[in-house]
Amino acid sequence: MRITCPLCGPRDRREFYYYGAEAYLHRPAGDDAVAWDAYLHLRNNPAGETRDLWYHEAGCAQWLVVTRNTVSHSVSTVELVAERGAP
Amino acid sequence: MPSLIAKAPLTATPLQIGGAKLSAIDPGPITSVAPFRGKEAAVAVALERLGLSFPAPGQYVESNGLRLVWTGRDQAFLIGAAPEGLEGLAALTDQSDGWAALLLEGPAAEAVLARLYPLDLRASVFPPGHASRSALNHMLSILLRTGADSFQIMVFRSMAQTAWHELHAAMTGLAARP
Amino acid sequence: MRIDGKGLIDRGSPVRFRFDGVEYDGFRGDTLASALLANGVKLVGRSFKYHRPRGVLTAGSEEPNALVEVIERGQQTPNVRATVQEVYDGLQARSQNRWPSLKYDLLAVNDLAAPFLSAGFYYKTFMWPRSFWEKLYEPMIRRAAGLGRLSGRHDQAVYEKAFAFCDLLVIGAGPTGLQAALTAARAGADVILADEDARMGGRLLSELEAIDGSPALEWVAAVLAELAALPNVRLMPRTTVTGAYDGGTYGALERVGLHLPEAADRPRECFWRIVAGQAVLAAGALERPIAFEDNDRPGILLASAVRSYVNRYGVAPGSRVAVFGNNDDARRTARDLMAAGIRVAALIDSRAGVSTDEDFPVYAGAVVSGTRGRLALDEITVQHANGTVQIAADCLAISGGWNPTLHLTCHMNGRPIWNDDLASFVPSRGAVPGLTAAGAANGAFGTAACLAEGQAAALAALQALGRVAKPAPLPVAEDFGYGLQPLWAVPGSGKAHGRAWLDFANDVTVKDVKLAAVENYASVEHMKRYTTQGMAPDQGKNSNIGALAVLADATGRGIPETGTTTYRPPFVPVPIAAMGAGGRGKGFAPQRLMTSHSASVALGAPMIEAGLWYRPSYFPRPGEATWREACDREVRMVRQVVGVCDVSTLGKIDIQGADAARFLDLVYTNTFSSLPVGRVRYGLMLREDGHVLDDGTTARLGDSHFLMTTTTAAAGLVMRHLDFIQQAFCADWDLRTISVTESWAQFAIAGPKARDLLAAVMDGPVVLPFMGCMDVQEQGVAARLFRISFSGEEGYEIAVPARYGEALFRDLLARAEVMGGGPYGMEALNVLRIEKGFITHAEIHGRTTAFDIGMEKMVAAKDCIGKAAARRPGLVGPAREQLVGLKPLADAPLTAGAHLYAPGAAASRDNDQGYVTSVCYSPTLESWLALAFLKDGRARLGESIRLVDPLRQIDVICTVCDPVFHDKEGKKLRA
Repeated sequence: MRITCPLCGPRDRREFYYYGAEAYLHRPAGDDAVAWDAYLHLRNNPAGETRDLWYHEAGCAQWLVVTRNTVSHSVSTVELVAERGAP
Repeated sequence: MPSLIAKAPLTATPLQIGGAKLSAIDPGPITSVAPFRGKEAAVAVALERLGLSFPAPGQYVESNGLRLVWTGRDQAFLIGAAPEGLEGLAALTDQSDGWAALLLEGPAAEAVLARLYPLDLRASVFPPGHASRSALNHMLSILLRTGADSFQIMVFRSMAQTAWHELHAAMTGLAARP
Repeated sequence: MRIDGKGLIDRGSPVRFRFDGVEYDGFRGDTLASALLANGVKLVGRSFKYHRPRGVLTAGSEEPNALVEVIERGQQTPNVRATVQEVYDGLQARSQNRWPSLKYDLLAVNDLAAPFLSAGFYYKTFMWPRSFWEKLYEPMIRRAAGLGRLSGRHDQAVYEKAFAFCDLLVIGAGPTGLQAALTAARAGADVILADEDARMGGRLLSELEAIDGSPALEWVAAVLAELAALPNVRLMPRTTVTGAYDGGTYGALERVGLHLPEAADRPRECFWRIVAGQAVLAAGALERPIAFEDNDRPGILLASAVRSYVNRYGVAPGSRVAVFGNNDDARRTARDLMAAGIRVAALIDSRAGVSTDEDFPVYAGAVVSGTRGRLALDEITVQHANGTVQIAADCLAISGGWNPTLHLTCHMNGRPIWNDDLASFVPSRGAVPGLTAAGAANGAFGTAACLAEGQAAALAALQALGRVAKPAPLPVAEDFGYGLQPLWAVPGSGKAHGRAWLDFANDVTVKDVKLAAVENYASVEHMKRYTTQGMAPDQGKNSNIGALAVLADATGRGIPETGTTTYRPPFVPVPIAAMGAGGRGKGFAPQRLMTSHSASVALGAPMIEAGLWYRPSYFPRPGEATWREACDREVRMVRQVVGVCDVSTLGKIDIQGADAARFLDLVYTNTFSSLPVGRVRYGLMLREDGHVLDDGTTARLGDSHFLMTTTTAAAGLVMRHLDFIQQAFCADWDLRTISVTESWAQFAIAGPKARDLLAAVMDGPVVLPFMGCMDVQEQGVAARLFRISFSGEEGYEIAVPARYGEALFRDLLARAEVMGGGPYGMEALNVLRIEKGFITHAEIHGRTTAFDIGMEKMVAAKDCIGKAAARRPGLVGPAREQLVGLKPLADAPLTAGAHLYAPGAAASRDNDQGYVTSVCYSPTLESWLALAFLKDGRARLGESIRLVDPLRQIDVICTVCDPVFHDKEGKKLRA
């Protein structure tokens, strides 16, 4: 598997650390227990497009949002977490 | 004058095996330069006085024996001299003692590195002037192509012996091929 | 027998090798199989299950029979395919799966027991009595199973792994691959041409064919010379592409040194990860056998293999050769044999009405229905329209048609498509992104078609790569006819007594497949697992299509409906040693060495691993018999005098920027924006789920400049965590972070005389309040001094640039010795912190909260990572296991991992009250001490609790106490 880091270019997956769903980027404001429960624990398991977080640990240390297909394994886009647009 | 004796990260005699030569080098002072928010333009002016500009991702610039190596988003390592004129404009962090630098040169250098880096090192993709942060086997590292057949490898100081061992093994195996 | 003047072997380079102890001659360019056949050796192995005598079947990596052990000095490699192993001077090989010898194999009795060993016998035979399984059946099966044996020693040989990148990867160097590589190379693309053979050329090396009016070999040589001269081409012979993976990544196994005598540093094999923009699969096709009774005797070969041995290796595989086939390749084989001066006993063509006008007997519309011969073929039975005839033959060539070598196209879930005209599966397009099958691998079996498809595939790949290239005139080649009329199993095979083999590698017969169908293992995947057909190295190479054709017939479905099993990587077996090359010993993981490493080693300190770091365990002194004696002395030394410890392994993160303090307030539970410059504060960091991530001290070096320390274990984890928070939630803040762990050597100086030692090394007294920090000059070197303590004694940590670390360590030790102090190691460090109730990752192990460790007051009113979750019901309250200290009532050792129970209660899961995380013997308190998590522990101080470690037979009553055993008020720290 290869991921094209927006800064470093296409790299082997061994340079990256996998974290989890992109949902981690949407930290609830306030302390609504239901919102926090969803944020921490509720995840979809799609057959198809998914967006998840990878860290270019052995490279530029940037967190990335990787959009990929869980069926075909194809990666469609890779964005920098730090430069992502407003949700 | 310091009375404490300074010690290099690695003391090893250069290795010449097959078409590759490995040596430990002292690249001089290393400073991480990370421009503060909103100070990018001022940093550019200060760098210009040093004959440098902030490098594009995956590249380094050099001038008068100074190198400025892209090491991350909003971060570059100034190698070769102390950072002058950048105080207050960028987060400056002395990295001189944190890294061991190795020089690998010779016609087989690229083939040696192909045994350790998961990187496309073809000259068309990674020519002189390019630098990558990537893993030397299991070690974080910074790799610079300094010439057609020469590379500078930087690894954490504590891992210098392991890096030397890995490179030595790769050189030995490559040279022993039929 | 060698045929004079024929073949591509190097007759000027004779070699001697041994097989089963007997010395034979061969030539460079021979495989072990060709050299054995040249020496008349037909029996080379025993089959997997029935121990049937077997000979060479093929001339390639699909060989199921001729598997041997290759013996080297320190090495014994089992299951080496004799058809792939090249001979070299001194090669030693041994047959396998036989005892005492290949000719007299006692387990051949299995063949007589065959009626009990049919498909699924495992599931039927060894079911009862149940107790027999472990004692009898399993050991028996284990002994009988498998083929070759390992040496039983560590594999000390050298292996390599490597990465390669190209625009176009061409897999296979036959006519298709050569033409594809040439087309792309001339267009300037970076090309890797990989072929599993030692010599490139594919089938053209084995066939008598012409290209452009000259022998095809001349064209092969000319193309290879042109490719070799081009700087953008890498030729990789002896390299099998073993798997297709995501993102244009291919695995490939190169046999680097297996064709040469052992040499110390020479890699045996190299496992490549090749990343290609595009790839052309030009892997050719595999000929398939036909099933008939006793079709497995030594001397029975595939027809293509016979032509290879005759034309390429100059070997006659027999002196009276019969040929049996269902397509034109059978006749071609007979003609090649005649041309080589070998007697053709008969051509048996299953197709009625084919020409019988040849210089050898031709039986049209006939089949081979049986064979005879004990250890090698003597005679075949031919069934023709008018009856049967016995024909004497010592070799039988079988041609059942061809299967495209499409395995790689299935590695990413692609399913092949049935082609009725070819009676074979062909690759489905686009199954592996960027990979195109061409030539025989795509079902185009003639050379002219291969050349055309090779060029077309390369042009399409070039276009996909954004390069412009035009078709060039192709060399002229002829396409032989194929004329296949499918015949999978000779009618009548698989009846009551006879056995017709489908899968030679796994000893699966027509009858087994039919039995599977009868027992309702009718799905092809079920049949495969029930019969073991196509398993293991076969992966559908020889047996697949034949077996599923028989299954299709038995179930009354067509082949397309029956489908095929899944071909998985690797295409050929890949040694784990090659995939993990370099990962042994020192190469297993990087060793991180502190600047004091050699000084500690010189003092005799055993080094222990702390993550990747190596730290001194203790510093033994003369007269100390155990580590405990050294440890106790070091603890007393720190408590009474002064000790020095290298703490450089703690993570150090430099944080700068106008928003640095604000950032620390977010990542720590407590407040850092209120920390004055020149002060240090202990901080607690949570994960977002409310559990403790790490702890450490952070110093404020300037208004917008902090230095955070992390534990050794979590340094990388914390850096990743901070990067995430910064990039995900604070991307527009003025904030810059970088690790400076490696830049500084840092030493703890602890004990009542710490201040004196510091004054001695710094040439003057030092005044620094508890939890203060400052820049200092240490013997002319810019250094940082912190007054912090992990021991409970007055403590300082001095940090110097790493280059001075060793010098400072030696200086500190020399001066400490004079004062009656010295170095202390990890063992003493651990005792000191347990005595003081300081936590490490033994306590903050990922499932404990700030509440559990008694630090809930450190969670400030402001927001911080983990704050919301830390308040969830269930993460606070009396039901939680809380940090406490334990002391045994009577002196007795305690163990970490022990569980806690109420005295008198049974030590069962239901009664579990908690567990022990850290223990030590405390020379200060002259008692064993433990840190533990106990349900509602803080409310239970003074109670008795039962500590049980069933693994180490420990059962001790302890008193529950405060986790701070020593200097509860912290007077010593603040002295």
